[in-house]
Amino acid sequence: MRPYVREKKDFTFDEVPENTSFEAGYLTTVNSGWRSIRPVISTNKCVGCEQCYLYCPDGVISIAEGKAVIDYDFCKGCGICAKICRIGAIEMEAERK
Amino acid sequence: MANKVAESISREEFFYGHKACAGCGGSLAVRAALKVLGPNAVSVLPAGCMSAVGFNFPQLCFSNNSIISTFAGTASMLTGVEAGLRARGFKDFTAVGFAGDGGTADIGIQALSGAIDRNDNIIYICYDNEAYMNTGIQKSGLTPFGAKTTTTPAGSNIHGNLHNKKNMFEIAAAHDIPYAATASIGNIPDFIAKVKKASQIKGTKYIHVIAPCPTGWGVAPDQTVEIAKEVVESGLWYLAEYENGTFKLNYKPKEFSSVEAYLKKQGRFKHLTDDDIQIITASRDKKWEYINRTFEL
Ligand SMILES: Cc1ncc(C[n+]2csc(CCOP(=O)(O)OP(=O)(O)O)c2C)c(N)n1
Ligand code: SF4
Ligand code: SF4
Ligand code: SF4
Ligand SMILES: [Mg+2]
Repeated sequence: MRPYVREKKDFTFDEVPENTSFEAGYLTTVNSGWRSIRPVISTNKCVGCEQCYLYCPDGVISIAEGKAVIDYDFCKGCGICAKICRIGAIEMEAERK
Repeated sequence: MANKVAESISREEFFYGHKACAGCGGSLAVRAALKVLGPNAVSVLPAGCMSAVGFNFPQLCFSNNSIISTFAGTASMLTGVEAGLRARGFKDFTAVGFAGDGGTADIGIQALSGAIDRNDNIIYICYDNEAYMNTGIQKSGLTPFGAKTTTTPAGSNIHGNLHNKKNMFEIAAAHDIPYAATASIGNIPDFIAKVKKASQIKGTKYIHVIAPCPTGWGVAPDQTVEIAKEVVESGLWYLAEYENGTFKLNYKPKEFSSVEAYLKKQGRFKHLTDDDIQIITASRDKKWEYINRTFEL
């Protein structure tokens, strides 16, 4: 399982924990706004070799039914996955608004 | 298509949603190591990029127990974490530190040396991005010769850093540590195997992983893994282990790739002259002469 974005992002003074953080894996913001380009996986080409999964610095790639899938909430568009995929199944495309 | 390396590590993510720059090599090292060690890893991070991008109140990007130490105190906090959990009866856990090059080779070296001396049962991982990145790229003891940083600028007289990289791997090994290794984020299977091996050895383990920083090195974010491969292929970094009193080389390039090509891809080395490149090539050759003489293959 991956950590997920929590619904609750604002706190009253009483709810703030006594230590310096909430529980481990407590996420309040996504990183998708960092991207200017996005990786797009061609499902036809992908052979599920998991190289992109191993090398993604953000851990946003997983394999579902033998194909790579990206969590676009947290992908930063670095392009490492597209470079690592030997069969060219990942294309970097301009992020459209 | 089964991938043996992927099968050997946890499917869970323990370093997720962090704020490292796109393509950050250090974050890949932390992510991969935690996927080897699993949910019972307790990580200690000193001041540096990996703590700065992981702990942003109220957000906490580590989903295993993690704590920030003082800049100098990664290893001493690891000692305390390990002793404390052991005293409370916990058995199945790993105390692991992730410190930068500055936090390891400069300010944290005394605490690290002390922990190795006591042979505390911890894993210390130095992610080496070759400068103090989190404060805006200052030279550390692990910045290589010729690199431009804000404290070693490149001018017409002085071409960046005048000093060579400290040999942290061999310094750790010189304590006769149970296990020490070098690695590169350009070879994740090798790094994963080394973290796994370290987790099965009792006593102090030190892993030094080269982890390029696109921001500080002046390379595109998609080049981090490539450049981490090239630093090994060009012979400017090497993959090795120290165990039972012996050094072992894990990989010997058949023929070194071009040092100049490696350097000229990076903004921090753009200013180097042919003479500077000659100096770097000669020091590589001297190092390899030593490696070939003293390391087992
Ligand atoms: C005692 C102390 N001195 C200085 C600092 C400021 N400081 C915070 S992070 C950092 C740079 C850390 O460099 P490094 O260990 O190489 O890790 P990186 O940021 O490159 O990941 C510095 C100097 C501090 N937090 N504490
Ligand atoms: S590296 Fe390419 S082929 Fe392999 S899983 Fe990723 S997208 Fe699919
Ligand atoms: S672009 Fe970067 S962050 Fe996004 S999936 Fe690829 S490797 Fe991961
Ligand atoms: S400055 Fe470098 S080391 Fe720090 S988060 Fe950015 S890429 Fe990573
Ligand atoms: Mg550093």
